[in-house]
Amino acid sequence: MKYRTVAVSTAAALAATALLSGCGTDDGADEPAASGPASLTYWAWAPGLDKVADIWNKGPGKEAGITVTVKKQASGDDLVTKIITAAKAHKAPDLVQAEYQALPTLVSNDVLADISEEAGDAKGEFADGIWQQATLGSDALYALPQDSGPLMFYYRQDLFEQYGLTVPTTWDEFAETARALKKKAPDKDLTTFSSNDSGLFAGLAQQAGAKWWTTGGDKWKVAIDDPATQKVADFWGGLVKEGAVDNQPMYTPAWNKALNTGKQVAWVSAVWAPGTLTTAAPETKGKWAMAPLPQWTAGENVTGSWGGSSTAVTNDSTNKKAAATFAKWLNTDPTALAALVKEGGIYPAATAAQTGGALAKAPDYFSNQPGFYTEAAKIAQGTAPAAWGPNVNVAYSAFKDNFAAAAKNKSDFGPALTAMQDATVADLKKQGFGVSE
Amino acid sequence: MTRTPRRKAYGVKSAPYVFLVPATLLFLLFFALPIGYAVYLSFRRTEVAGLGLGKGARQEIWAGVANYADALSDSELLDGALRILGYGAIVVPVMLGLALLFALLLDTDGLRARGFSRLAIFLPYAIPGVIAALMWGFLYLPDVSPFLYLLDAAGLPRPDLLDGGPLYLSLANIAVWGGTGFNMIVIYTSLRAIPAEVFEAARIDGCSQLQIALRIKIPMVAPSLILTFFFSIIATLQVFSEPTTLKPLTNSLSTTWSPLMKVYQDAFVNNDIHAAAAQAVIIALATLALSFGFLKAANSRTKQGDSR
Repeated sequence: MKYRTVAVSTAAALAATALLSGCGTDDGADEPAASGPASLTYWAWAPGLDKVADIWNKGPGKEAGITVTVKKQASGDDLVTKIITAAKAHKAPDLVQAEYQALPTLVSNDVLADISEEAGDAKGEFADGIWQQATLGSDALYALPQDSGPLMFYYRQDLFEQYGLTVPTTWDEFAETARALKKKAPDKDLTTFSSNDSGLFAGLAQQAGAKWWTTGGDKWKVAIDDPATQKVADFWGGLVKEGAVDNQPMYTPAWNKALNTGKQVAWVSAVWAPGTLTTAAPETKGKWAMAPLPQWTAGENVTGSWGGSSTAVTNDSTNKKAAATFAKWLNTDPTALAALVKEGGIYPAATAAQTGGALAKAPDYFSNQPGFYTEAAKIAQGTAPAAWGPNVNVAYSAFKDNFAAAAKNKSDFGPALTAMQDATVADLKKQGFGVSE
Repeated sequence: MTRTPRRKAYGVKSAPYVFLVPATLLFLLFFALPIGYAVYLSFRRTEVAGLGLGKGARQEIWAGVANYADALSDSELLDGALRILGYGAIVVPVMLGLALLFALLLDTDGLRARGFSRLAIFLPYAIPGVIAALMWGFLYLPDVSPFLYLLDAAGLPRPDLLDGGPLYLSLANIAVWGGTGFNMIVIYTSLRAIPAEVFEAARIDGCSQLQIALRIKIPMVAPSLILTFFFSIIATLQVFSEPTTLKPLTNSLSTTWSPLMKVYQDAFVNNDIHAAAAQAVIIALATLALSFGFLKAANSRTKQGDSR
């Protein structure tokens, strides 16, 4: 009897120690609130952000008594999961970097704070399409836009000349160019359709006018298989089916080699492509050129986005005002933006920073195209708004699985798109969201 | 003098319990508690109201067996199970066959470079699974693979190693390459434990090396063969890192290719820990049933053999 009591109390003591040590590892999130000096934690993945935070800590932050510590926890979707888990334990950091498509998921999990009062006046600094992604179309403001990734068309200038190809300005011309290249050089491809890159497909659908998630009353409407997206899916499905473009995923060693050796002569990508090309195709430096994304209607200037992220303040932050002040400085102050471009290589979302300053000179890889960023800024103006919902992750994994199978079998992309729509709607319903048919 | 016997009796009676306390505590804290929590989570789900935005839009509620019903009626989980059965049907026999063969060869009399051979066969086991999968992934990819380059140069057709049937062989190859060495060591160790008199007697009776291997060595290492088989079944059911590492390289591996990948996908991509917990419990039970079913079958056969 006696020993059992000892065992039980030891167990209780051990459990208590475990709990205590679990609580002990907080990252300064429990600092006293209000006016006094604030110490903020920032989970992010953009390279060089710690250096930009240093500029803040030594300058404006020192005056305001706000210190920011950047912690590289994870990136992209992994970070979303981490933040949600941390928020469940009320241990989320003060500030987080979040991709635009993750914002509804984070808001839906009650992770992000509404900072419209503290930072709502920054609206004028950003293009409407980008700002609306941070407000989710409501009066609230859940994040400040940091960078954007307007889609563009990259091509091998020398090979286009060699095979007598012209740079396509419409998607019809794009298909013709792909076929013409296949005729002249059967072992080469204009590009590939990658079932790994849901973000690229989403951007292409945005350009065609798709709005995948919209709200009406207290119901979500999912329109992944709307006519606009169908058009995009059929277009790429057709090209894959007839063999005019490749069907292998991007970001593989084989794809790197295909870019580096000129087996693939073009790439539909975003403004950040120079960074990727520098590592994927180092031997073709100076041979590439950038042009606007082909259009569905000739003469227009519409593009979609691939990637892009924002800075958000969490509900767990004990000093939301200080956090919002830093977020605003980081994404609108010229010094901060110049440092972000220089240290992180990002393309700022703030309109004023997209020309001049750190972006006056073309990226090193594109030194043959001195007007790279002037051109990019023009393209960025036509960025179509994106409409994200609370289960983008589910839609994206449905895309990967269904489009991978369709691309592999070279079958129609239509059924894959329907499957993606159905999976997304079914998941929303299963979770209990209001869904309108 | 009168106290000693009393204390002795007391100590003897309670000693086993005292010795059990640390193990029991550790078992409860680090084994029973997490498993219990996972089982608890598997009976819960999150319920969202309306748009699901803002405070209080999400709450955790009791779900009963709904998560289990969903998991069992989910064709993706069943398909995944069938896929790894196909994969296991290649891996287990080939890996154990090779391990046994190598162990017997190493145990042959008059072998030179025994230590070196043993190390060379064992070495791949020391390479982490993810690294092995990456390395083989590069060797499989059409545009960067030296094998496929040689086939092409010789004018032979290039098989797509990351698609259809060859994909199973490619995945199985990684597991066989990495696991044979370990299983070989287990079998080899038990071969070395067989008393030398047995072989001497066999040789005096005129047994050849082959006959010794077939009639004496293999029956005598049967217990370690059963053990390695048991480990291999569990490893097969838990296959995760190889297909996950190869997934970005090909269109043929879905995000839910193996049951554990599906659990991972639900827990960490779709953010539904409740569904993931239910699936994990089902996989654990299936693994338990399969492996202990096999042990039981193997034991009853051994007993039959003994009685004969």
